[in-house]
Amino acid sequence: MPRDFTLPDLGEGLTEAEIVKVLVRAGDVIAEDAPLLEVETDKAQVEIPSPMAGRVERVHVQPGQTVKVGAVLVSFADAAASPAAPARAAAAPKPAPAATAAPAAAGARRADGGPAPAAPSTRRLARELKVDLATVAGSGPGGRITDDDVRAAAGGGGSAATSRAAATPAASGAPAERTAPTGPARPLAPVGLQPPPLPRFEQWGPVERVPLSHLRRTIAERMALSAALIPHVTHFDRADITDLEAVVRDGFEPARAKGIYLTLTSFVLKAVTTALVKHPVFNASLDPGAGELVLKRHYHLGVAVATDRGLIVPVLRDVDGKPVLDLARELAALAQRVREGKAALDDLRGGTFTVTNIGALGGTGAIPIINYPEVAILALARARLEPVVRAGAIVPRLMLPLTLTFDHRVADGADGARFAAEIVALLESPGRLLLGL
Amino acid sequence: MVMGDLVREVDVVVVGGGPGGYSAAFRCADLGLETLIVDGDGRLGGACLHEGCIPSKALLHVAHVIAEAERARELGVEFGPPQVALDPLRKWKAERVVGKLAKGLAGVARAKKVEVVNGCGVFEGSRSLRVEGEAPQTIRFGHAIVATGSEPAALPGVTPGERIMDSTAALEVPDVPERLLVVGGGYIGLELGQVYAALGSRVTLVEMADGLLPGVDPDLVQPLARAVGKQFAEIRLGTRIDALREVGAEVEATFGGPPARFDRALVAVGRRPRSAGLGLETTRARVDGRGFIAVDGSCRTDDPRIFAIGDVTGEPMLAHRAMRQGKVVAEVIAGRPAAFDNVVVPAVVFTDPEVAWCGLSEAAARAAGREVKVARFAWAASGRAATLGRADGLTKLVAEAATGRLIGVGLAGPGAGELIAEGALAVENALLAEDVAATIHAHPTLSEGFMEAAESLLG
Repeated sequence: MPRDFTLPDLGEGLTEAEIVKVLVRAGDVIAEDAPLLEVETDKAQVEIPSPMAGRVERVHVQPGQTVKVGAVLVSFADAAASPAAPARAAAAPKPAPAATAAPAAAGARRADGGPAPAAPSTRRLARELKVDLATVAGSGPGGRITDDDVRAAAGGGGSAATSRAAATPAASGAPAERTAPTGPARPLAPVGLQPPPLPRFEQWGPVERVPLSHLRRTIAERMALSAALIPHVTHFDRADITDLEAVVRDGFEPARAKGIYLTLTSFVLKAVTTALVKHPVFNASLDPGAGELVLKRHYHLGVAVATDRGLIVPVLRDVDGKPVLDLARELAALAQRVREGKAALDDLRGGTFTVTNIGALGGTGAIPIINYPEVAILALARARLEPVVRAGAIVPRLMLPLTLTFDHRVADGADGARFAAEIVALLESPGRLLLGL
Repeated sequence: MVMGDLVREVDVVVVGGGPGGYSAAFRCADLGLETLIVDGDGRLGGACLHEGCIPSKALLHVAHVIAEAERARELGVEFGPPQVALDPLRKWKAERVVGKLAKGLAGVARAKKVEVVNGCGVFEGSRSLRVEGEAPQTIRFGHAIVATGSEPAALPGVTPGERIMDSTAALEVPDVPERLLVVGGGYIGLELGQVYAALGSRVTLVEMADGLLPGVDPDLVQPLARAVGKQFAEIRLGTRIDALREVGAEVEATFGGPPARFDRALVAVGRRPRSAGLGLETTRARVDGRGFIAVDGSCRTDDPRIFAIGDVTGEPMLAHRAMRQGKVVAEVIAGRPAAFDNVVVPAVVFTDPEVAWCGLSEAAARAAGREVKVARFAWAASGRAATLGRADGLTKLVAEAATGRLIGVGLAGPGAGELIAEGALAVENALLAEDVAATIHAHPTLSEGFMEAAESLLG
């Protein structure tokens, strides 16, 4: 049976892409990870590597064609006519789940009673991505399941649900988990919303209908989804960044000598991440289907970047482990890649929290909408010199307005206030901020 | 009832300081959880270090040295009959082996800030543990890990005594009895039987089943069976002990004939989980009919705050299984997606020759209806075995017929316990026979047998 390779989830809610180049032909024998195609989304042009090794049987797409996520791109012939085929138990019946235990935790069993053939590290990945290995067809030697097979299965959905909760997050010392789960997680009730039909605007005067651009539509869908699903709550605060601004000013020229454009944003990213470590619920996603909060033990911060095509949110990875200078350098490079349309797929996905800085355009504050499925977003407005009372006297201080919007299903107003106060405190104390304390 | 007025709060309390318990506690500490160990003997290492794996291996090393010296005669080297002095032997075992390792563990615990409390832990519900002993106190925990291990099982109707020993007593080597009766042909009976035979005892072994090491493929047992056939005075298979009692300074045993007299008896008929008296009935954790605590694939009991690992959760009762489970549980408690999903738990019998296996045995694979291919490499064809004067070994592979994937490995011969690591790596990682066959193995080594056997599977 041939194996089909479909357009994977490109992240950021993108649902389709245009084929720019096809790099393989029928009959080619290619290695795993060899480039298959180049596709362009509204956000970036990316190369799609082959998830498996084998002989290309058929290419289903041609340059210029727009394809949806899930559409078949390339079919591979079955792995050499070895007797390996029967081992691929794609259609094998799922193992009967243990009465009370989580199936994935017990180790995925195949129809023949043997364990799913995969390395321990691959099995760990499957647990992380909630993929039931018993339902994954392995593309490795003799049907061995590779990391890419697991990722493909996770992207494809379907089978994943059975293996949920390899580890129901147990209460630890983290402040996020005040109450330990006392039973199995259950899905939240679904939210169903259908937009009512629009009136005929023509009856009141002439109108013009303009189709939405690809990116505009994506943004519209994402924002509507977020606003409809997430009960937003917004908290306002202000940080006195007079001292921090002096640090930025002091460091600006020496940094520029090293080719780094030092900005306030990189310090804010540092402050946010330091605060996120202490307030993990804001670095999370709610899984309503499971009735679980997914606490992310990684800190990838999205930073909203305005481009001439619209708003794009590239992602800076592992911000927690990086000094401010590195953040500044990476942020500049990332923003440039995005503006030039050269961002890689991984530049655009996997964010855990978003920061948006609208200060350049003025304003005194904005209420942002959460970048679904994250839990919170922080907006910065323009910092201004303001009269502030200090020790009974009015002094001019540079005040930065901050707006934190977060998911009220996950956190309460007091939690938001504490988290925002932590960010403010860090911004007001550059020493603490730089020490990451 | 004595109640401590001291109430402590910790993230994790571990009940039992054996290999499972300390592995769990150390990993918890690494993951930032405040962790406390409550141990009935106030020590780390458990039965494994103090009255099990480690002291028995120390004694087996002594037996091995004696056996090698004897074998040297064939090579033209004569050492003369061994003179065994028990006091220095016991001192070496207790101080240089067990003592040194125990000190090392205590040092690790200090460095990781894991406190060890001496006392018996008794649960009082799903959140607190009462500690009875020299420092009575109550510990409120976020999570608890039960790692109380196992203890030697007694023979029904037999009263243990000074001369009717369990493995713990036998490891103390109170003396070298002239006539020793070993009840049980499992790994404990065989290991200790060989120790005493090497020290000079006439050993009689009685086993209820029809073969030694019940459950292990007979071809893997054969080299060991042949060796003990020579070392032991008598081996009685398919034989039940009808009566066993102390009579004066002797032991009288009846097994299908007139009573026989021995100087000591060792009862090694298995181990029992230690789940009684822990107050588990005040929690939601469930204990099955044989005393094992029921756990899921994350080693979680039916009580979501309480985990259990190691011997107290079932077979195979092996320290390294408990250690892995301990680390898994620590990660689960820390919110990581861990699971005890290991495919193999290697088993080693440290006799001479050693026997080791992992994954499915040939018999188990066939019984499960798996279509398998089996390869055997006899060490008679191994250059390294020849240079050691040991051609009695065997390397055996069980592979899935359709794919050539290795699903079981068995070894018999000197060093089998070390060699099985490669088998465990191959099976755990779902490697094919071809992968092993194409991996260069150093020549001349016993490990080549693994490669040779894999090659023969390729046809």
